[in-house]
Amino acid sequence: MACIELNDVTKRFGKVTAVDRLNLSIEQGECVAMLGPSGCGKTTTLRMVAGFEDLDDGEIRVGERIISSRKARFYLPPENRNFGMVFQAFAVWPHLSVFENVAFPLRIRKLPKAEVQARTEEALKHTNLWSVADGSPDDLSGGGKQRVALARALAIRPDVMLLDEPLSSLDPHFREEMRFEIKDLQRRFHHSILYVTHDQSEAMALSDRILVMKAGVVQQVGSPLEIYGAPANRFVFEFIGLSSFLKVGLRDGKMEVGGASYDPPSPPPSNLIAAGGAWLAARPNEIAFTSEGGAACTVARKACLGEVIDYRVRVGAVEVRVQKTRHDPGPAEGEACGLIFARPRWYPLED
Amino acid sequence: MTTVVPAQPRFGTAQILFGLSVAILVIVVAVPVLLIFFNAFWVNGAFNVIDVVRVLSQHETYQALLNSLILASGVTVTGTIVGTFFAWLVTRTDLPFKGTMKVLFLVPFMLPSFIGALAWKMLLSPRSGYINRMFMDVFGLDGPVFDIYTYGGIILVETMYLFPFVFIQVAGALERMDPTLEESARISGADLFTITRKITIPLVMPSILSGSLLIMLYSMAHFGTVAVLGIEVGIYNIPTLIYEKIHQSAGSFASIRTGTVLASVLVVTAAFIMWLQNKVLSRGRYQIIAGKSFRPTQLKLRGLRIPLLVFCIAYIGITIVLPTATIFMVGALKTYGLPFTVENMTLYNYKFILFDWQLTRDAIRNSVSLGFVAALITMFAGVIISYVIVKMKVRGKGILEFLGMLPFSVPGSVIALGVILAWSGKFGINIYNTVWIILVAYIARYMAFSLKANSAALEQVHDSLVEAARASGATMWQALKDIVVPLVRPGMLAAFFLIFLPALRELTVSVLLYGPTTRTIGVAIYTLNEDGETVYSAALAGIALIIIVFGESVIKRLFKVARRG
Amino acid sequence: MADVRIAGLEKRYADHVVLSGLDLTVADGECFTLLGPSGCGKTVLLRLIAGFEAPGAGTIAIGDAMVADAVAETMIPPNERGLGMVFQDYAVWPHMNVADNVSYPLKLAEVPVPERRARTQAAVEMVGLGGLEARLPSELSGGQQQRVALARAFVSEPQLLLLDEPLNNLDANLREEMRFEIKALQKKLGVTVFYVTHDQEIALGISDRLAVMDDTGRLRQIGTPEEIYERPADAFVLSFLGVSNFLPLMKGDDGWLAGKQRVPWTGASPALDGDAACAGFRPSDVVLSRDGAGLDGRVQRASFLGSTMDYLIDVAGTPVRAALPSHECLEKGLMFAEGESCRISLADVHWFPEGQAESTR
Repeated sequence: MACIELNDVTKRFGKVTAVDRLNLSIEQGECVAMLGPSGCGKTTTLRMVAGFEDLDDGEIRVGERIISSRKARFYLPPENRNFGMVFQAFAVWPHLSVFENVAFPLRIRKLPKAEVQARTEEALKHTNLWSVADGSPDDLSGGGKQRVALARALAIRPDVMLLDEPLSSLDPHFREEMRFEIKDLQRRFHHSILYVTHDQSEAMALSDRILVMKAGVVQQVGSPLEIYGAPANRFVFEFIGLSSFLKVGLRDGKMEVGGASYDPPSPPPSNLIAAGGAWLAARPNEIAFTSEGGAACTVARKACLGEVIDYRVRVGAVEVRVQKTRHDPGPAEGEACGLIFARPRWYPLED
Repeated sequence: MTTVVPAQPRFGTAQILFGLSVAILVIVVAVPVLLIFFNAFWVNGAFNVIDVVRVLSQHETYQALLNSLILASGVTVTGTIVGTFFAWLVTRTDLPFKGTMKVLFLVPFMLPSFIGALAWKMLLSPRSGYINRMFMDVFGLDGPVFDIYTYGGIILVETMYLFPFVFIQVAGALERMDPTLEESARISGADLFTITRKITIPLVMPSILSGSLLIMLYSMAHFGTVAVLGIEVGIYNIPTLIYEKIHQSAGSFASIRTGTVLASVLVVTAAFIMWLQNKVLSRGRYQIIAGKSFRPTQLKLRGLRIPLLVFCIAYIGITIVLPTATIFMVGALKTYGLPFTVENMTLYNYKFILFDWQLTRDAIRNSVSLGFVAALITMFAGVIISYVIVKMKVRGKGILEFLGMLPFSVPGSVIALGVILAWSGKFGINIYNTVWIILVAYIARYMAFSLKANSAALEQVHDSLVEAARASGATMWQALKDIVVPLVRPGMLAAFFLIFLPALRELTVSVLLYGPTTRTIGVAIYTLNEDGETVYSAALAGIALIIIVFGESVIKRLFKVARRG
Repeated sequence: MADVRIAGLEKRYADHVVLSGLDLTVADGECFTLLGPSGCGKTVLLRLIAGFEAPGAGTIAIGDAMVADAVAETMIPPNERGLGMVFQDYAVWPHMNVADNVSYPLKLAEVPVPERRARTQAAVEMVGLGGLEARLPSELSGGQQQRVALARAFVSEPQLLLLDEPLNNLDANLREEMRFEIKALQKKLGVTVFYVTHDQEIALGISDRLAVMDDTGRLRQIGTPEEIYERPADAFVLSFLGVSNFLPLMKGDDGWLAGKQRVPWTGASPALDGDAACAGFRPSDVVLSRDGAGLDGRVQRASFLGSTMDYLIDVAGTPVRAALPSHECLEKGLMFAEGESCRISLADVHWFPEGQAESTR
């Protein structure tokens, strides 16, 4: 059963369409990440689901129930949606203790005292905050504050959790740790999660499905493996992980790259060849060096970064990035060699 | 790791600057204040508390203390309510023209409150006030509708001019507050009313308190309004009683002693309020600054939108427009008391006080030159002291910081009294009754402003900017000249105007120090009014208002230019 | 151009000893990086070389000049040391435009105006800011401001360029770009560079040689990036350069036992004497298989991160991080689910005395 359903959700700010006819349904217990560069409309979408923004078109349902609808001009106020939400800047209340922060939504709901106590305690224990329950959240680190926010969202036992860049304000060091914590909590409580982030590795590690957005328009929806392995277009390819692009042109019926002829082992789709060429896209770690054949190139720069050796390689006038692991080093700086693209993907030139 | 200069004890530049700074602060600030305590507590060379208690238990002094307390508490309560309400209205609701309203609510900051008090006296004095007379004429009432010569009247007038202290702090806090703090409460299930009560108000409480304490501090030490509205009916507070004592008894020992005892009480109270304020600011100020900015949810006023707008406009009309118009119109009357008709009005009064009358011309000249010189001196002294405080690692810097903070908590009347004690021949210099004694007092009074502006500017000049110059090959002096001074210049300019403008309208200090030829604008307005020259008093007040508004707009423009740099 | 020779250097603030007995030589024309955790005293060392701090003991020589000598009380001020310096917060003067910022060192050196102009122009263009000479710093992005700072630092052709975490405030892409640019510039000008950072990737990418400093201000290892990365002198160096695993080993009756649960160790014996040792290795050194040779492990956590699969594996009670290229996992059927068992062996191991790993936490 779909837990949340967004149908043709649209939002405009003046002349700008921030979100354009977005459709998405999230299953019970599923974690969906909305991924995209800043200003792509992902946070606006989340805020529409939360009820902080009205819609310019479409509707949002929870189960069978409509919570936002343009047509009916009906918007259930955020306070009645029963969602848990975590904000980028923590939004924990500094004038209340950690305990009172977490108890707040329960007290608002006028639950019996004993239950408030029990559920707050439970939420605090799940987030390892029980020992600092009486302290002020201002005394906690960024990660600690975000755990308070998480506990507060958990305390009401919501069906749906909305997370708005919850890790962006943390030190990179704590980010990974918190990521695992969120994942563990989701496993335990089986919430449906809508997660907004601009960090692709965060989205990959946490979610069951990823929705990639650009300028208000959905580019692709799929599992992390699908998104990484078969990006729908050049934008998705570029946004997910490191990428190298080469323009493969057509001259006298032969394919060429950077001014030199090149015969790829697996040629691009014929419709793209007919159109006059295509983008050859590859991940830097899926490009191999070869002493003969391949696309002719010279090594412009080589930097050993520890785990990886980072190459900038010139193919004609184009610079391509190649990465090798330290167990498998490649040629030296200035050397001429060939490139082999292990798993090339092809995108139309107008992409 | 923050030294600008490597320790080079051989040169001793740091020590020279430090010594100079301490000397300036000791002479202009510490000595006068210490003399007050000395005079209050030492009788015939011996420490004597009993005598202090005796002075305080005299009915007159006791009543003044009580009045100060009553007035200050009243103004604090009303000012806090008014300021918080308007701040909330312009930041958290969909009130129309919020931006304009916000600017208008800050206008009272510009207007000298004793001029406002003067206007209200003209409007609401029990017998001759225009409003009271109008009501008595139209409705045939026997008595006035409102008597301004009361505690209530004084509190009302002071509230009008002091509420911006709370308004500015609370509006600022509400604007900077991260909207997600409120949104997270909404998503937790709280409605807007609950959020305001449980989240918003508690979060801005430190700002509210800090603003209230500022109102309290000002009201406690406030001279003008009480002098204009209270003295006539025998309502004295501490500053007005000090004034009365010093002025009427021509410097007799007993009255000076009463003055110093009162001043000591004032200093101690003010210091206590400052201490409380510091505590509130350092402990209670939550980190609530916004990260990602979305506009906070606005409360929809719906049916109340227009009534509240009308209310705001009426408030501004009554507290700003009405008194200002009254001043200008009374200033144009041929004789005070006449109805405002065209044939009763003339511009002659303005011409007379600007060009013909020696007394008012002197006053304007005195105020302008005093303000200018005081601002110039204080600006330079302030930059040196701030430099030592902010940028130098010198032993004993703590003393400097303390001395620098001291003037903040020393009210004007105390400074004036201290200056009289210090500069009337006690140390071989007698400049009493000259313009110089006012200058010295102005420097003491406004040093804190200069320190604040210059410290803020210097803190912006990160050490690495200077170090970058050193690494580029600049000597310490070259780095000062090419990097520090140009960067601090806007702060110095700010300091200059922060002193020059208030000095133009200063009353509290000058009224205790003026001599026959050394009236300032404020003193002239006040004494003309006392002498019954209401029309000329109003005309001069009108001119003062024009100068002030003109000056304020000049700085605003200047700072817009400076800030871009 | 000049070398830097530091001997017996000591610096303390009140009772707090930041550096002591520090010896270090940076060769002429070398790009040398000082790598260490924040607050370890590396910036203090840089400021000692720059002359913003005076040493409590020891000497610093730049080229032929002894610039600081605690015994002889020599202390040449920073402006006479012939330096270029770039700061973490850029320290671009906000009241001067780009050209004025860059030409200021030349102005101080009293270079004639026409030459000053030409050299400023050349420096501005070299950092790719041609056309922006008249802009104020407030009109530039962070990366552009840092370029101004860089141009200003080398315009006077200093003998030594000091860089204090200059790329910290830039975003990842820009940081990488600027890293290449600094390196290219250094090669072109042949200037000696002393670079301070806590970012191991920058340090490895940019340096000819680097030194690793620990929290107490002690230099743990000096060497080329390859030496430091491939042959870490101790557990601290290994753990500071990227993610690291430490697996405790103990000598049993029939040979070595691994992990808390003491299971028989299958790899080569520790290259150390004694009854206990610690195997240090990187996530990329872990060779994973379904049922090949090696120790038994159980996948506790599997995270797909795009180009890599990140596994947390329980090996005899000790958690071990493993990182494998995703495409390799897909091709070789190594996409483990959580809870599945696996086998691990190690491609590369560093042996440390027992207990050393704990001290790095």
